[in-house]
Amino acid sequence: MMQTVAKKRVSLRINGVEQTHEVEPRLLLVDFLRDVVRLTGTHVGCDTSICGACTIMLNDAAVKSCTVLTVQADGTELLTIEGLAQGDKLHPIQDAFWECHGLQCGFCTPGMIMSAHQLLKRNPKPTENEIRHAIDGNLCRCTGYQHIVDAVQYAAKRMGQGAKTRRRS
Amino acid sequence: MTVSKLVGARIKRREDPALIRGLGQYVDDVRLPEMLHVAVLRSPHAHAKIKSIDAAAARQHPGVVAVVTGAELRDQIDTIPTTADNPTLRIPKHHVLAVDKVCYLGEGVAAVVAESRYTARDALDLIQVEFEPLPAVTDPEKALAPGSAVIHAEWSDNTAFRWEQTQGDLDKAFQRAHKVVKQRLVHQRLAPIAIEPRGVVARYLGTKKELTVWSSTQIPHLLKTHLAKMLKLPEEQVRVIAPDVGGGFGSKLNVYAEEGLLGYLALKLGRPVKWSEERRENFQATIHGRGQVGEVEAALKKDGTILGLKYKVVADVGAYHQLFTPAIPPFTGLMLSGCYKIPAIGIEVTAAFTNKMSTDAYRGAGRPEATYVIERLMDRIAQELKIDPVKVRKINFPTSKEFPFKTATGLAYDSGNYQLALNKALKLAGYEKLRREQKQLRNRGRYLGIGLSTYVEICAMGPGFWEYGKVEVDADGKVKVYSGASPHGQGQKTSFAQIVADQLSVPLEDIEVVHGDTAAVAKGIGTFGSRATAVGGIAVYQAGEKVREKARELASHLLEVDADDLVFSDGRFGVKGVPRRALTIQQIAQQAQTAKNLPKGMERGLSADSTFEPANFTFPFGTHICVVEVEPQTGNVEVRKYVAVDDCGKVINPLLVDGQVQGGIAQGLGQALYEGVVYDENGQLLTGSLMDYALPRAADLPHLQLARTETPSPVNPLGLKGIGEAGTIGSTPAVVSAVVDALAPFGVTHIDMPLTPQKIWTLCQGKKAASGDHR
Repeated sequence: MMQTVAKKRVSLRINGVEQTHEVEPRLLLVDFLRDVVRLTGTHVGCDTSICGACTIMLNDAAVKSCTVLTVQADGTELLTIEGLAQGDKLHPIQDAFWECHGLQCGFCTPGMIMSAHQLLKRNPKPTENEIRHAIDGNLCRCTGYQHIVDAVQYAAKRMGQGAKTRRRS
Repeated sequence: MTVSKLVGARIKRREDPALIRGLGQYVDDVRLPEMLHVAVLRSPHAHAKIKSIDAAAARQHPGVVAVVTGAELRDQIDTIPTTADNPTLRIPKHHVLAVDKVCYLGEGVAAVVAESRYTARDALDLIQVEFEPLPAVTDPEKALAPGSAVIHAEWSDNTAFRWEQTQGDLDKAFQRAHKVVKQRLVHQRLAPIAIEPRGVVARYLGTKKELTVWSSTQIPHLLKTHLAKMLKLPEEQVRVIAPDVGGGFGSKLNVYAEEGLLGYLALKLGRPVKWSEERRENFQATIHGRGQVGEVEAALKKDGTILGLKYKVVADVGAYHQLFTPAIPPFTGLMLSGCYKIPAIGIEVTAAFTNKMSTDAYRGAGRPEATYVIERLMDRIAQELKIDPVKVRKINFPTSKEFPFKTATGLAYDSGNYQLALNKALKLAGYEKLRREQKQLRNRGRYLGIGLSTYVEICAMGPGFWEYGKVEVDADGKVKVYSGASPHGQGQKTSFAQIVADQLSVPLEDIEVVHGDTAAVAKGIGTFGSRATAVGGIAVYQAGEKVREKARELASHLLEVDADDLVFSDGRFGVKGVPRRALTIQQIAQQAQTAKNLPKGMERGLSADSTFEPANFTFPFGTHICVVEVEPQTGNVEVRKYVAVDDCGKVINPLLVDGQVQGGIAQGLGQALYEGVVYDENGQLLTGSLMDYALPRAADLPHLQLARTETPSPVNPLGLKGIGEAGTIGSTPAVVSAVVDALAPFGVTHIDMPLTPQKIWTLCQGKKAASGDHR
């Protein structure tokens, strides 16, 4: 159990950038992101994939990166919180969290925003109840969720308007 | 103050741009060259002797740099501190790693230092510890009973301390009573669960003799003082940095074993070290909250007026005292009067050592317990005397003219208007309509419950705890604000900037608020007890006033007019009647820096600092109304409506106040319905992960309806009271009250928290709901 195990090569695309690394087979994806790629916006809040602070998009699906091995992500495309804004321009969900005071300590926020991102991709006009259930896998201890729900509604509205002007969807 | 522009406005936070991009800097994000990683081996037993520790294999493991045990450290690091102003207090020696024996599950036994986190954790498995288990003491009441095993052999029993107070003629009150109502109440243990677990990084620079400790803490300055003592260093050699802190709720208002341990390891090894708490360690070895069992007894007049109140309580302190452990139960005692006129009150607190993690301040810290006691009592009185729970509260309220209102527990409530908040909440909730709906639904076999809590709390800690602020205007007119408060989500980088922006009439963007680094901020206490704004904000305000007065003096000198002939408006000191003769604060700041033409005796620069220590606490209050529907067939509780009317005095930023209240309500509701730290009789922790300990989720909460009344506090110049804990304090009794009210047809008068479906279902089994009016 304690012997050195041969490292494995993984190649993946993170926030649009191709990367190749040699990693221990047991290395968790969240630790890979934080310690190897140095993207520390993805957080670790529990050991049991309950809190959702480590949520990222893997091939367009929100996953808890504390429960994925890096080697399982070989060949995939990842989007983390750092990849959401376009340069200085915040993603509408980020902007909405700011506008609606959807965060306090900010620790759960990256994961929360990634879950909201998945929700709005799948359901651009969610009801309050749908939002509350969609972020059920993300715990926040500061906000009581109300301003987060407000933020997701606000983002949905803005993105809906944006989509109309762009004549998409 | 000048005409208010920003104070009172819903300004979005200046903290957020970095955090929403994932660019926050929490302790676990701190990476230093040559940094080593620490893992702590924790006791699997609640109570056991340590017979031997064999760390040889761990030391030889590739990548391991050092292994340390309690016996090696006992003389190197001083014990973990606690507050000690109670003559009955017994303080067991609390080492950073256990020496000879362990007293709770999760107590540190040894620590590994390695090149990587994974290696450090691997090596924990190679340490062989021989334990000799001892009988575990887990129930605080049994811990005090004769014949109980004794945890700390220095004393003959498990009493940790006692605290008693009686004021007013209690005997007479009970002799005169028309009726006496009694209720036993359990305040279960809770885990604070900041979503960021704790973490520490320590680095020692030998050439500079500087130990820097990054800690996820609410109290960098207090921690610095205590760490210096623990590590036997002069205080000026220690610097503590609280970077972005991912929530605290009291759990980071402490001095923990790992902070001393990491400081020591950095000094000893000469390389930076890091420890990041795992969530299971957080459940085992970060403080818990609440943990009281008590019996309240009230002497009543026929109409529900309370003549006297007795509360006898056993507090479960755990195995050792952490920083404020002994201060919490007396806080409950002081707040027992609630928002009611009670002429005689007697309190008897006995604190018991148990083989569990320490209890200490968790959001509310003693006040939620007090509020729960008095509010459950109000409901019980309403049940016993068959009067409406609203009426029984109103009968016992002091009027708004009776403030400052002195309680029989020795406090003077600063200001209040309890009727106003209650009436507003009743109106918003549609109370009478709800009661009619409840009656109709009961006839159809559906059980609606309407719960009420009218709370008052004690804030702005307070006399004895000052806070520090400094305001500095640079030559270019940019303003730096320094605060000894150490917010961790509350948003004072925004609200403090609002205060100073109005005071000096400078744009918000030109103000930077600095906190959380003992090298940057000369002194300070920290953020807890809803004090950051109502104490720390006032220190900043006072410093700003000094800056403005200095600017006025300099303007008077430069404009060659009497200071009294100057008017300050729109950021300019202008001569009365000659609006064109004026200097902006930026121009004055520049003159103050260049210092070529200063009045005699004036120091260069435009800055001032201030400490503020309030003469009294503040007492925010409010009314919370919760509406639930309970399903007796499943025991399920659905929260249908929640109305909160809170009064925190003057408000600086309503957006942030709403956020505090909403988060607080969720936590209080969590205690009422879901949360509870459970140890079995052997002291094994059954709720050691977020899979076993239920936190409220988004779908558990309804849309909260918030409103405010505004009764300024006379205690400070801005009329602030504090809002950090009110939601938690007001909500727990309101939710329990609602569930109990729903189950009134089943003869239920009280249920101990958490009100799980299993408990409710069990209570309803075999009982047929009675018909009629049950309130």
